[in-house]
Amino acid sequence: MSKYTEEQLEQELKTQEYKYGFYTDIESETFAKGLSEEVVIAISKKKNEPQWMTDWRLEAFRVWKKMEEPEWANVQYEKPKFQDIAYYSAPKEKPKLNSLDEVDPELLDTFKRLGISLDEQKKLANVAVDIVMDSVSVATTFKKTLGEKGIIFMPISEAIQEHPELVRKYLGTVVPTTDNFYAALNSAVFSDGSFCYIPKGVRCPMELSTYFRINEGGTGQFERTLVVADKGSYVSYLEGCTAPSRDENQLHAAVVELIAMDDAEIKYSTVQNWYPGNKEGKGGVYNFVTKRGLCENNAKISWTQVETGSAVTWKYPSCILKGNNSVGEFYSIAVTNNYQQADTGTKMIHLGKNTKSTIISKGISAGSSQNSYRGLVQIGARAENARNFSQCDSLLMGNLCGAHTFPYIEVKNKTAQVEHEATTSKIGEEQLFYCNQRGIDTEKAIALIVNGFSKEVLNKLPMEFAVEAQKLLEISLEGSVG
Amino acid sequence: MLKIENLHASIEDKSILKGLSLEVKAGEVHAIMGPNGAGKSTLANIIAGKEEYEVTAGNIELDGEDIGELAPEERAHNGVFLSFQYPVEIPGVSVTNFIKTAINETRKAKGLEDMPAKDMLKMIREKSELLEIDRKFLSRSLNEGFSGGEKKRNEIFQMAMLAPKLAILDETDSGLDIDALRIVANGVNKLKSKDNAVIVITHYQRLLDYIVPDFVHVLHDGKIVKSGDASLALELEAKGYDWIKQELV
Repeated sequence: MSKYTEEQLEQELKTQEYKYGFYTDIESETFAKGLSEEVVIAISKKKNEPQWMTDWRLEAFRVWKKMEEPEWANVQYEKPKFQDIAYYSAPKEKPKLNSLDEVDPELLDTFKRLGISLDEQKKLANVAVDIVMDSVSVATTFKKTLGEKGIIFMPISEAIQEHPELVRKYLGTVVPTTDNFYAALNSAVFSDGSFCYIPKGVRCPMELSTYFRINEGGTGQFERTLVVADKGSYVSYLEGCTAPSRDENQLHAAVVELIAMDDAEIKYSTVQNWYPGNKEGKGGVYNFVTKRGLCENNAKISWTQVETGSAVTWKYPSCILKGNNSVGEFYSIAVTNNYQQADTGTKMIHLGKNTKSTIISKGISAGSSQNSYRGLVQIGARAENARNFSQCDSLLMGNLCGAHTFPYIEVKNKTAQVEHEATTSKIGEEQLFYCNQRGIDTEKAIALIVNGFSKEVLNKLPMEFAVEAQKLLEISLEGSVG
Repeated sequence: MLKIENLHASIEDKSILKGLSLEVKAGEVHAIMGPNGAGKSTLANIIAGKEEYEVTAGNIELDGEDIGELAPEERAHNGVFLSFQYPVEIPGVSVTNFIKTAINETRKAKGLEDMPAKDMLKMIREKSELLEIDRKFLSRSLNEGFSGGEKKRNEIFQMAMLAPKLAILDETDSGLDIDALRIVANGVNKLKSKDNAVIVITHYQRLLDYIVPDFVHVLHDGKIVKSGDASLALELEAKGYDWIKQELV
């Protein structure tokens, strides 16, 4: 190997192509492009939704029409042309499946290429997987085990049919339709997603997992997830994402709502690996997501995310600490390479007494990317003895990328304790040489350094997810050394 | 084992080594002494393959093979070890994880499987005892918040784990108190065998009381200007480097 300079390091980071860039040839049914009340009604009809749901969507659509796309994030992109997007796409064949044998072999092959082996997962990882492929779920497993505990875990479209009272009661209570531009859009046109309900006092015996991926070219995807943990219950929910490469930008505007009632705990982990665009910054997914959780008394919500994909990310998983003694946590790793842009962070809204929040954010920027942390810590007037600890670390690779930190702190109660720490570091030639001298080549050295930097967050992920996340970090940053 | 002939090297067009020759045989300990700026650390870095230096003439052979074109990690795989004067910090990577990676990457390069965890553990126990390293130390992030003495002890611990053919100790004595110096030197002495060799780079005689060299070389202005046995170090200590400089005139 010849001289390995900063420039070469950058060069090598640039030469990495998206590993999961392929397209599954499955016949799809897609609505004509464009959005109107008729389209919203058609989506609702297609799904045989009750009238209240149709009305809910229409109300959201009317709100959305009056809203403007937000511009405050530290990202630059060509705004999606909303009338050029097809708002519904589903694989045409949608039989009811009882086992994996019934799944379209080509679809199974897709999952295999993504490294998602359902068989293996069923056996080894004890994971019930609800796979969303272009908006409609095609496989649901472990329903029976969960059913025995009274746990409901199903596509939200089915939940609307089977448990309308639950969905109606909670949908939109944490993220109202009027919340923001993309949340309103999602509310109007969401195609599918997951619904999960854990009854009182039940500890969900397995990690619940959903794999999302975008498949059909030119279709936006609008997932809706609702997780309700009743009093004293516990659930760990995993969300993992990959998407095939596309030239045009694809819009993804999901909404996730979590409700943790008294003494309940929800762990929500995400690994996001959508197509980030090519090395010139062409194509890639726009990921504009609203994720928020509500904590009642003594409840706890933990968000853990590993973000390596998407061309533009706009995402702030948040906690409303409404109940006394409630706890909110946010652990994040965001990797940007080439021309990716990420503006991500969290909001911790302390309303109850003795509420506690922790924010650990790790940003890794390479290539010509821009990586911003944006976080709000708000302590309300009645939040006696609220505490927050925030730590934002940035790691830079090369001289063309940027790391930015925008912490906002609003404190209205004098008893609050708020701490904020931030560091910025750079992978240096000295570190690489030190590793090289010990027999570790540069590619492996970068992986080692990045994993070390991200360790506090990786440790928060469930075991099987942590391994996958570690691999993803390596893939996202690996060059063509050796 | 190591044969350096007429080595010329520069950094950013500034010439640092100007025709250095050195031969180190298996089983030998060589000390390289000299004033600041003589090129001692440059020599260590060039043997290890640091890329910012440009070798303009001469060659470096290890066991008869020219290693001048090899990448630093390839030289490491061939048994070259450098104990750094200023070891870098790698936050979040434990001493254990780092050494495990180093050992397994070296094994991989030789076409071997990863070392079984059991064997690794045994070796870690053995070597950390040798260097009086506490178990807790091994879980700390590499060099992060380490005292000067801890950093150097960690370097020698890695050397013990990797069992190199040729170990270059670059100012390992700097920053060490007398107890740490004794422990580190003791460790190096125990690792010495007839099959490996050590090059000790130092300003001072102090370390050489513990690691007794077979040969002492004085480096001045990019060249070795005087060589002798262990007594040369004592003479230098007594007379200072000016003595050498005057002798050269």
